[in-house]
Amino acid sequence: MEASSRSQPQVEVSDAPRSRVPAWVLGAIPLALIVAALAALLSVGGDTLGERLGPPVEEIAVERTTLRSGEIELTVRNTGPDAVTVGQVFVNDTYVDYRTSGATIGRSATETFTLNYPWQADSPYLVTLVSATGATTEHEIPLAVATPSAGGGFYGLMALLGLYVGVIPVMLGMLFLPFLRRVREHWIRFFMAVTVGLLGFLALDAYLEGTEIAEAGTGAFGGAKLLFIGAGAAFLGLVALDRFLRARRARAREAGASGFQLSLLIAIGIGLHNLGEGLAIGSAYAIGELALGAFLVFGFALHNTTEGLAIVAPLSRHQRPALVRLVGLGLIAGAPAILGAFLGASVYNPELAALLIGVGIGAIIQVIVQLVPAIRDRAGRALQPASVAGILTGVAILYATGLLVSA
Amino acid sequence: MKFDRRQLLGGGAIAAAGALTALNPHGNRALAQDSAAGSGMGHGMKGHGGGTSGATMRKGATVDHRANGFNPTDLLRDFDEGRTRRLASGRTLREWEIVAADKEIEIAPGIKYPAWTFNGRMPGPTLRGREGDRLRIRFVNGSAHPHTMHFHGIHPAEMDGVPEIGAGLIQPGKSTVYEFDAEPFGMHLYHCHAGPLAEHIARGMYGAFIVDPRQGREEADELVMMMNGFNTNFDAEGNQVYAVNSIAFHYVNEPIRVRQGELVRIYLANILEYDPINSFHLHGNFFDFFPTGTRLEPADFTDTIGMVQGQRGILEVRFPHKGLFMFHAHKTEFADLGWMGFFEVV
Repeated sequence: MEASSRSQPQVEVSDAPRSRVPAWVLGAIPLALIVAALAALLSVGGDTLGERLGPPVEEIAVERTTLRSGEIELTVRNTGPDAVTVGQVFVNDTYVDYRTSGATIGRSATETFTLNYPWQADSPYLVTLVSATGATTEHEIPLAVATPSAGGGFYGLMALLGLYVGVIPVMLGMLFLPFLRRVREHWIRFFMAVTVGLLGFLALDAYLEGTEIAEAGTGAFGGAKLLFIGAGAAFLGLVALDRFLRARRARAREAGASGFQLSLLIAIGIGLHNLGEGLAIGSAYAIGELALGAFLVFGFALHNTTEGLAIVAPLSRHQRPALVRLVGLGLIAGAPAILGAFLGASVYNPELAALLIGVGIGAIIQVIVQLVPAIRDRAGRALQPASVAGILTGVAILYATGLLVSA
Repeated sequence: MKFDRRQLLGGGAIAAAGALTALNPHGNRALAQDSAAGSGMGHGMKGHGGGTSGATMRKGATVDHRANGFNPTDLLRDFDEGRTRRLASGRTLREWEIVAADKEIEIAPGIKYPAWTFNGRMPGPTLRGREGDRLRIRFVNGSAHPHTMHFHGIHPAEMDGVPEIGAGLIQPGKSTVYEFDAEPFGMHLYHCHAGPLAEHIARGMYGAFIVDPRQGREEADELVMMMNGFNTNFDAEGNQVYAVNSIAFHYVNEPIRVRQGELVRIYLANILEYDPINSFHLHGNFFDFFPTGTRLEPADFTDTIGMVQGQRGILEVRFPHKGLFMFHAHKTEFADLGWMGFFEVV
């Protein structure tokens, strides 16, 4: 009330033409009024509407599960509008003793519950949190596996995993460069189209996986929306980077995107994608869902080798790049898998994963946009028989090699 | 014993724990328990279980019996024989006033259940008469919902306490009188029969109805146990909390104290809803079992019995050894969810 009556004269001032009031003051005044009005609403506005209809809404979700010998530690987030008090907890229909610093979880807050329960490796568990009002929230542990502790051996293993599934395959794929430099122009267009197909499939795959992961989370930070936020931010960020690089090169009297610049952008895009892939692998390892071993390494090697091909395809008609530059491209594309594996296995959170997978998707889409000019034939058509064949071949390769990996 | 309705509806501490134990109409040599109303744990086990030692509620958390208005330790030996008067015919007339009231009960530490009760407690008062007595129960509905009192036993149709027959549903603020003869002798039940039936029972509207044989039974330390449970999330699929006499793991925290060699008689009923069957298992001892208590010869000598919904019976046991003996549902899921206790033989 107070705020709206005061705002009246200010509107008149701003309407007045050729005011001498500085622009920042005109901006600051409504801002101050909005802050004041919101503060007033916060302090008294709620009382004018009375209580909610019905009982308090109790929405809590387990954000993270850590399994130690004889203990299950749950990080529980309140995703609803009201505070929730946890009354008791049972695991597989057995009430358990537990430690917590505070049973009442405020709105958007988290609380840790450490359950004293003799869980057995490789068994499934259903944890039920019973609130003070008797409402129940269930949390499924599909397969109990001791959560790896973050020691030197653990980081070594994650680094090795990232190396196997990210860096090595990408660099192997880049070995196609000499071959690509020798083949004819239309074959290059074909291989560029294969790359487009590969990337398109990766984007679709990541989208589906990201949606699934986001839905498994608590939704407290937006769930699947994070996928789109990540994608949008990555796409726009890479567009800005591309424009910046082009502007610099334009000053250097070169027109159009150079092969190396395109390769760099593709490497960045694939690197962001591999960050998400590493995350998925690391988290699957941490919860015991990842079958480590030769098959996994082989499957990913085959799968990600094609990513190396995508990186070097734009380099086939340009000056021979220095070896160190090629290694750099390979690391940009592959090394994020190591970082992703660390993150996934140590601080895994479904919504962080969704955001990062979204980043990968946006990056890939931007790369596809970049590649389209390279698959145009002399008549300027992007979709011609050779490029369509290439795109479908790319999709088929990733589909087939994707069947070999289940992470 | 008589309950003051005003106190009841006011939710006051009507069942001051000590008072209930003192009121032992049979004059049995009931053992004084360390009454723990309001103070949480009693003597004996300071919270058994945890980890590989078994199920437990969160250690250190306690139920506020004073706020609940009753302590299950006191309910065990609390028999309500009503106000008695000799009729011209020579028969005994027993009269009770039972008041339905809605009340929040803490059924496990930290978990409150919106119960519907008889006389503010769960289970309701144990009504006890002798074979052939005339029983008159004035039922006052102080709850916000319509209810009835349906007795198991032999009685005229209009005294059956079901909707649309006799007095039918008793609306909030209304009352009625149920009157019939006490027959047959045995361990019976009474419960509300309003619809939805499962919910009206599950909410806590039940109690034991004991008819003693004309010639009486051998003197014993007598206990009433109603096996019940609570579907706290109201999904009508199973229960989240199981118990005897309503409070999960209560007799773990306050073991039932009995004397070595003395006859202990347990009036046991299964009043559980949303699960088809319940059971009772006693450790380290065997008992005589009298199904429904309607025969004086035991039908079984065992340590485990099963009961479907509404089934009940009488158990007689003498504990030859001192010490702590567990008893629980041998449907172990129920045991782990609260239906577990101890006898402490002294």
